[in-house]
Amino acid sequence: MTDRRPKIVGFCCEKHGADAAVLAARSGKHIDASVRLVQVPCTGRIDGIHLLSALEEGADAVFVLGCLEKNCYYDTGSIEGRKRVGYVKQVLAEAGIEKERVEMFNAASTNAWAFPEAAAKMVEVAKRLGPIGGGEK
Amino acid sequence: MIVAKRKPLGEIAEMLASYKKVTVIGCRSCVAICLAGGEKEVKMLVSALKIRNRKEGKRQDFEGLVVERQCEKEWVKEVEDKILGSDITLSMACSLGAQTIGDMYPKHLTFPGLNTGIFGVPEEQGVWSEKCVGCGDCIIHTTGGICPISRCAKSMLNGPCGGSADRKCEVNLEVECAWAAIYDRLKLQNRLDLIERITPAKDWSTSHSGGRRVFVREDAKLTQHQKKGKEVVL
Ligand code: SF4
Ligand code: SF4
Repeated sequence: MTDRRPKIVGFCCEKHGADAAVLAARSGKHIDASVRLVQVPCTGRIDGIHLLSALEEGADAVFVLGCLEKNCYYDTGSIEGRKRVGYVKQVLAEAGIEKERVEMFNAASTNAWAFPEAAAKMVEVAKRLGPIGGGEK
Repeated sequence: MIVAKRKPLGEIAEMLASYKKVTVIGCRSCVAICLAGGEKEVKMLVSALKIRNRKEGKRQDFEGLVVERQCEKEWVKEVEDKILGSDITLSMACSLGAQTIGDMYPKHLTFPGLNTGIFGVPEEQGVWSEKCVGCGDCIIHTTGGICPISRCAKSMLNGPCGGSADRKCEVNLEVECAWAAIYDRLKLQNRLDLIERITPAKDWSTSHSGGRRVFVREDAKLTQHQKKGKEVVL
């Protein structure tokens, strides 16, 4: 199991989150290849079921990268995103699953460090906790 | 509308633990509006239960679906094969939905996934508050349109009680005294004379005291002849 690459899914808003990821790639920042990026119109569009589905389908950890709060392209989208992440954490805790498997991050599109940093944090969580149930999905 | 809350996930998982094939059925009416048992909530619950089972190395089949109104037999009938094809049904409707399925298929197990709470209204996004307890003999025309039965901790008819202070209820200081609200409303309506009028003890025979209550509209009921005709059509 030790050489297993953690499976991470990052939901990024198309206004800042995904742009920050693209900028990171262009600036040659290391991005762990086991991280899948899902671009969404706005993190406010994300629903708890999207995050849970990713975990259900085999992701070890999931994160959401949205605009900086107070500088959100859709004004309050990333606040909604944070609330959804909070609710999913609560549901996971109720189900006996480590709630650190889901996190919210915020960035401006110019923050080249943001995506790699978020991804690295989640890779660390995934490595520490291992896959849910200990086995491959 | 009827406001409900999902039961804690651990409690639900425990209820379902010994059944292999589980059908989870939500409802698109009140419980969808109060974010307890609509389509999204059913999907999330099923997903969370599957993740939990993976963690625990347990195998169970879950299928989630949602009907328009679970308290009406016609809608439940549409998913009959899913109900009867499972070992147990978890209702994500209010208890009326769960009991409708239970009455239709008495041999089949139907368990409640929600705690049915209140007759309430959405006060703001994400907040629902109780405004009626269904006493069966409404008196809010005498109380400024505000129900003292549900909103006053002591259901006082001639309030406020001696504990009302600073507009707060002595039973719970977080809650507005219903009678302070009634006073303000009656004042606004120039009907303060009503607050001085003594309201006699309420006739509670219309409330829940005598067991199950049934409301009937004779003119809406089908005659035996009509029922027969319907059976043929069905
Ligand atoms: S007086 Fe009775 S029927 Fe009217 S709102 Fe209050 S509980 Fe409901
Ligand atoms: S303080 Fe007001 S709401 Fe509370 S019990 Fe007394 S009258 Fe009822």
